Amino acid sequence: MKTLYLLVPLAPLAGAIVAGLFGRAIGRAGAHWVTILSVLVSFIASCVIFADVLAGNTFNGSVYTWLTSGETRLEIGFLIDRLSALMMVVVTFVSLMVHVYTIGYMAGDPGYQRFFSYLSLFTFSMLMLVMANNFLQLFFGWEAVGLVSYLLIGFWYTRPSATYANLKAFLVNRVGDFGFLLGIALILSHFGTLSYAPVFDQAPGLAAGGGLPVTLICLLLFVGAMGKSAQFPLHVWLPDSMEGPTPISALIHAATMVTAGIFMVARMSPLFELSQAALSTVMVIGAITALSMGMVALTQFDIKRVVAYSTLSQLGYMTAALGASAYSAAMFHLMTHAFFKAVLFLAAGSVIIAMHHEQDMRRMGGLKRYMPWTYWTLLIGAIASAGIPPFAGFFSKDAIIEAVRLSGTPGAAFAYACVLACVFVTAAYTFRMVFMAFHGEPRFDPKHPPHESPAVVTIPLVLLAIPSVAAGWWIGSLVFGDYFGASILVRPEHASLAKMAADYRGLGGFILHGLATPPFWLAVAGIAAAWYLYRVRTDLPGRIARAFGPLYALVERKYGFDELYSIVFAAGARAIGTGFWKGGDQGTIDGFMVNGSARLVGWFSGVVRLLQSGLVYWYAFMMIFGVCAMYALVKYRVFG
Amino acid sequence: MKLLTLAIWVPILAGLLVLATGGDKNAPLQRAIALVGAIFGFLVTIPLYTGFNPAQAGMQFVERVSWIPQFNVFYHLGVDGISVLFLLLNAFITVLVVIAGWTVIQSRVAQYMAAFLIMSGLLNGVFSALDGLLFYVFFEATLIPMFVIIGIWGGPNRVYAALKFFLYTLFGSLLMLVALLYLYNKSGGSFAIMDWWKLPLPLGAQLLLFFGLLFAFAVKVPMWPVHTWLPDAHTEAPTGGSVVLAAIMLKLGAYGFVRFTLPILPDASRELAWLMIALSLIAVVYIGLVALVQTDMKRLIAYSSISHMGFVTLGFFIFNSWGVEGALVQMISHGFISAAMFLCVGVMYDRMHSRNIADYGGVVNTMPKFAALMMLFAMANSGLPATSGFVGEFMVIMGAMKANFWVAFAAATTLVFGAAYTLWMYKRVIFGAVANDHVAKLEDLNGRETLVLGLLAFAVLAMGIWPLPFTEVMHASVNELLRHVALPKL
Repeated sequence: MKTLYLLVPLAPLAGAIVAGLFGRAIGRAGAHWVTILSVLVSFIASCVIFADVLAGNTFNGSVYTWLTSGETRLEIGFLIDRLSALMMVVVTFVSLMVHVYTIGYMAGDPGYQRFFSYLSLFTFSMLMLVMANNFLQLFFGWEAVGLVSYLLIGFWYTRPSATYANLKAFLVNRVGDFGFLLGIALILSHFGTLSYAPVFDQAPGLAAGGGLPVTLICLLLFVGAMGKSAQFPLHVWLPDSMEGPTPISALIHAATMVTAGIFMVARMSPLFELSQAALSTVMVIGAITALSMGMVALTQFDIKRVVAYSTLSQLGYMTAALGASAYSAAMFHLMTHAFFKAVLFLAAGSVIIAMHHEQDMRRMGGLKRYMPWTYWTLLIGAIASAGIPPFAGFFSKDAIIEAVRLSGTPGAAFAYACVLACVFVTAAYTFRMVFMAFHGEPRFDPKHPPHESPAVVTIPLVLLAIPSVAAGWWIGSLVFGDYFGASILVRPEHASLAKMAADYRGLGGFILHGLATPPFWLAVAGIAAAWYLYRVRTDLPGRIARAFGPLYALVERKYGFDELYSIVFAAGARAIGTGFWKGGDQGTIDGFMVNGSARLVGWFSGVVRLLQSGLVYWYAFMMIFGVCAMYALVKYRVFG
Repeated sequence: MKLLTLAIWVPILAGLLVLATGGDKNAPLQRAIALVGAIFGFLVTIPLYTGFNPAQAGMQFVERVSWIPQFNVFYHLGVDGISVLFLLLNAFITVLVVIAGWTVIQSRVAQYMAAFLIMSGLLNGVFSALDGLLFYVFFEATLIPMFVIIGIWGGPNRVYAALKFFLYTLFGSLLMLVALLYLYNKSGGSFAIMDWWKLPLPLGAQLLLFFGLLFAFAVKVPMWPVHTWLPDAHTEAPTGGSVVLAAIMLKLGAYGFVRFTLPILPDASRELAWLMIALSLIAVVYIGLVALVQTDMKRLIAYSSISHMGFVTLGFFIFNSWGVEGALVQMISHGFISAAMFLCVGVMYDRMHSRNIADYGGVVNTMPKFAALMMLFAMANSGLPATSGFVGEFMVIMGAMKANFWVAFAAATTLVFGAAYTLWMYKRVIFGAVANDHVAKLEDLNGRETLVLGLLAFAVLAMGIWPLPFTEVMHASVNELLRHVALPKL
């Protein structure tokens, strides 16, 4: 089995290396075949492992020793349990679909081989992250996915906006990683190891001696999650990451990489459970992200940005669920979201190609007729996203909202209000997109009507649309059952999901119960509102925007965080740097001390030079003066 | 086999041989001799690693011959787990420098090659000397070839830079000489460094000696605020000079701390650790911010070097195995990465004759292979995991956390600053549309450049993916060192 574990990450790595280094030799088709086959191998192996894990086998062992220092041994190793196996299947499946889709999307691009190489490299990095059995390797994967994300956002490197966005993404993520690394360092200094199992074993002992270290560790780790999973206020990089080609927006910035933070917190549940303060923070941050970013999505016209803000908002849901100790619900939503958000992104991408790289929804409309496959798959994704039964998103989102409602963690009431309001907002912005782009009168140039995308694009859409519907039906075992078993730990005082599980009466019962609770009706109301505003009274949105003038502008400008950060951090750091350079290095150190001491030497030698005038009478005078002075000193016994 | 003698004298003799071949008309022969000498010099250092016994903490491959009997001075050589890797690194870098200067240097080829070979031998001498005076001689002698390299093959402002470099470091080492002579007297007439380790010293004397040595070593590292010679020296030096300066010469100061300051003056070291930690953190943060606003690529990388060397001094003065080993790893890794970064700038400078960031833009369009390699080195410079740049910083931060949360906090800011200044430069130089006609005419790497950068890329990745072979030779010696530091010797 260990060979198979190794095969899962190493196959995509091999594919990436071949496509990256020998891309020109193997050609375009060679590049996509080698990477797709390698990811297919990885997917199949993941499925086999998944079946094996379901049969009750887990694995926790090392591959090689990375480093030793003092008493500590740091290893690269795998932890294969139900949590990681689920992630492996999701990651490899979505990655495989995106690989296939890319054949169509990137068909004419000169960087074709490079793109496939990056995609496979990303898959490798993400798998290493997911399969890690220690914090070191987790950090490796964590930074490696950040690197590939950087490379892919800047894939079209001649565009200034792309290279701005990728630098921004990398640096904001680095701020998160700064906290993450400090958290890891704290873990090492308290526990003397970075392997999960012994850390989790020792953590209750540390917490018993005072909660502060554990809370600090959890908060620092969560700072990392806020960077990677784009939580408020480190969310600013994700919308700009849409500068990258759409397949990677689907794979990295929706389905997999941005969920790494969610996965990480779920993995660390034995730590987070020990700190009420950390859980509270997580929940509140998640709730704020969910609602505030959903609001922004309502104001955007770029179809990809709408989906991007939707992703931010959905990540907020997952984070809020983590804070409510509903780790399995968060993981469940992570999975369903991976499918329906990948559909939304890839369908949006299909629209973008068909529209000749037009992304503004104000220049779309009526696309339903031209692109039926794209329309229907996107609609499925939209319904799932809005949370209408029996689509996948309904189950996962309802479980989260209910868990937050039942949670006793401080801040739960605020979080519940946010996530509940967000249901309406989600449905509204999702169907706003559907109606604006696909219904109504065409607003594009009729001389260049759009065409449905080729099969390499539509087949992945269909294959992803299926789990967007069906994945939710798994709620019984995944959330309310014991699927995650020992891989997620929930302390009894946080067991809101267990309370729900006690009332769980099968899928039908869950749906019926859902129909009687506010979230469902809020979702319906959201869709109705979108229909009314964008199909019936299309003049209203503009009037609303004008009526709320400054408030609307604030939301549309994403609450001004970009401007704030750019002034405070980017310009601030440059100003301080210039101050240190000109004032410190050049002014004080070089100007005063270094060149100053050179001048001092020069001045001193100038003075001494005056004495050596070369004139005999001057020397004679000095001699007489000296003799007199010496006589005087002796005579008056100056030296005692 | 006297391996250490070979490691020192093979390159020096090869250098003298090159000098003996006369003027530039023999340039092809001179290059060939230099290359053979450099490779042979590298080969003789390999048995130092393969034959090294990592379980043994003391000196290995020891040679001891009387040199100046009147003053009890010995030609006394030996390496332990702390120093052995630097001989390999130095010999490796020398090979690369010879290859990198192959066609770039067209005038005074013999002198150029000889200067590097002789310097390589002298540097090996510094890392293996166990006699205080011998160490001093090697330490000072390395200044001469570097002074010549900057002064002759340097840029337009080379004379100012060379003089600044020379005077700064010479002034520092004079204080060191005084300290060494004091130790000689106190120990009853012994220059043996190992004897000094056992020498009891009152705290007052230790503090004075500490500052005497500090100035010499701090200038070399360089530590804030005696660092301002480095950006000037780097910008004016030819590529090869910058490479050796950053990769090896800066390590002499840091090496001095572990060989002299920590074991000989443990009480003063512990007493003044706060000062060293503070200066190191200033180097990380202050210099990181200064690097951000540089407009000259070489100057930027020079500042980045200072910032990275801050991790080295920080690691030494937190007195645990993570810190010290991390610092040593950082020294080696910085040898690879800074060499690679300066070579990358050199590659562009050779084509465009400009170091100004503003003169570039869109280089990736014409030099994709170069852009890919430089991306790797830029990421390594930003401390990305799976590159060598991560290992040292990671270990030092881990060690710092054991000492104090806020020290680790300040040190970890390099994650942001390091990425910011490196990748911002990369973005402006490499990404974007072709900025001007000069960029449009650029040609991608030739075979020789690919070889040099490829070897460094391999080293950077290998050390990042599997640092164990680098650290396991250190353990015994580092533990021994830490034991020395912990023992009061008042």
